[in-house]
Amino acid sequence: MRSDNFLESSITGILETTQDWLAEFGGILMFLGSFIYWTSKPPYRVREIFRQMDFVGVQSGMLIVMTGAFTGMVSALQGYNGMSRYGAGSLVGATTALALARELGPVLTGLMVVGRVGSAMTAELGSMRNTQQIDAISSMAVAPIQYLVSPRIIATTLTLPFLSVVFGFSGMVGAYIISTEYLHIDAGAFMSGIKDYMTPNDVTQGLIKAFVFGFILSLVACFKGYNASGGSRGVGVATTKSVVLSSVLILFSDYVMTTIMF
Amino acid sequence: MIQVDNVQKRFAEQEVLRGVSFEVKQGSITTLIGRSGAGKSLLLRHLIGLDQPDSGRILIDGTDIVGMRTSELNGIRRRFGVLFQDGALFDSMSVRDNVAFPLREHTKLSEKEILDKAAQKLELVGLLSHGSKYPSELSGGMRKRVGLARALALGPDLVFFDEPTSGLDPITRGAIYRLIESTHIDGEITYFLVSHDITGVMAISDEVIMLHQGRIVAQGTPEGFRTNPDPVVQQFLLGSPDGPIAID
Ligand SMILES: Nc1ncnc2c1ncn2[C@@H]1O[C@H](COP(=O)(O)OP(=O)(O)OP(=O)(O)O)[C@@H](O)[C@H]1O
Ligand SMILES: [Mg+2]
Repeated sequence: MRSDNFLESSITGILETTQDWLAEFGGILMFLGSFIYWTSKPPYRVREIFRQMDFVGVQSGMLIVMTGAFTGMVSALQGYNGMSRYGAGSLVGATTALALARELGPVLTGLMVVGRVGSAMTAELGSMRNTQQIDAISSMAVAPIQYLVSPRIIATTLTLPFLSVVFGFSGMVGAYIISTEYLHIDAGAFMSGIKDYMTPNDVTQGLIKAFVFGFILSLVACFKGYNASGGSRGVGVATTKSVVLSSVLILFSDYVMTTIMF
Repeated sequence: MIQVDNVQKRFAEQEVLRGVSFEVKQGSITTLIGRSGAGKSLLLRHLIGLDQPDSGRILIDGTDIVGMRTSELNGIRRRFGVLFQDGALFDSMSVRDNVAFPLREHTKLSEKEILDKAAQKLELVGLLSHGSKYPSELSGGMRKRVGLARALALGPDLVFFDEPTSGLDPITRGAIYRLIESTHIDGEITYFLVSHDITGVMAISDEVIMLHQGRIVAQGTPEGFRTNPDPVVQQFLLGSPDGPIAID
């Protein structure tokens, strides 16, 4: 009897969750549709885009440099630890470069930007929604999607590849310092390893990933904020969900893209 | 000007608007009164196209705006000015930029002309010296006045005011009524107000409408309202806790 109830309630639970997910997915698709519609229509808010690029890019610079450097240093240490076991320790420059360009740069930049920028976007738009500021924009015959959402998504999507390059470069500087100063690898060997093994394609793949991650995280952040309801608590919930969903989608799409571009 | 025809709206179990019909005459000052929670702000949102009714029609100059595409609706909204009940100021912008916002969006004026015009509107509401403050640095009544300046910035020919004088001191309230009367042009500009201030609105309105339990229970001139025999209307005007309207 009890197990019957348990089974029943878990099944309805699963069904409801599935339904919620589908509704959410549909909501995001519709939101994407109106983003495309309004972005294609003038006026093109170039000034707003630059303002957002400053927020997403310039103001994240230090964070990305720091996290990039530490990631590069750790990658060099761990890579050396593994590769020196079969005598390939001097190739640590090449492997770190490949890892940073193809994977760590875009993914970690994406996740860091989710935390710093995506959350802020959701919270800001959510609070604008709850204090009727978005309604005020509509009432003044301005399309809020065009005014608020388009610049944020465009700016984030265009900026993330740059941040990913900064991340990768900082990582390589960190890796270089660790390799030459601490692991005593010859600087020439470190550099030539990179030159011999890294191809432009590795960099391109990373840039494509970063571009897609930027789009996903800003789309989710704006969607969650734009549709936030229920006062301050609602904004808090929306922000948490935005960060979780963006992070999951970044890792998921990373897998998909890696499979396709392998 | 505005024709509302049998508008209904419900939220889950709660039927807020149960078939609201009325008309606002071109060029008039018309005021909607009714108890707190009667659905006045909600009705106003419908008139601006921010909310969609479950059924019914809303005509602005003969055009039904229910279900209209946003891009089309924006053509009509361009003539609107809206003062929200809580101001709805942009908190990331200074007071001056708030008032300048509609001018920047919809006029081709130079930056200097825009700032001049914004300053002029701020002077109208007595806030010229507060232009560089941010909404979070203002009192509630000041925010309301900034909202008013923003609503009037473009010289709209249809303005919705949701409680323009609530939370203001008596002198500012008087000044706001004077501002409303002086900016209003009979026969040309239509003002639609929501207010709880019976004495004030009776003095400035051409027409008064009362919303009660989801329907319009009375509409007419202020004089006609005073002499309206309906006990519901009389209890409301007198503000008496005793009568047909129960306090829930
Ligand atoms: N989004 C919504 N979801 C659920 N209920 C709502 C929503 N918006 C309004 N309501 C309900 O509709 C009713 C009318 O609200 P409204 O804000 O229009 O009242 P009002 O007449 O403007 O009151 P006041 O004079 O206090 O401003 C309220 O009971 C409110 O709970
Ligand atoms: Mg209200």
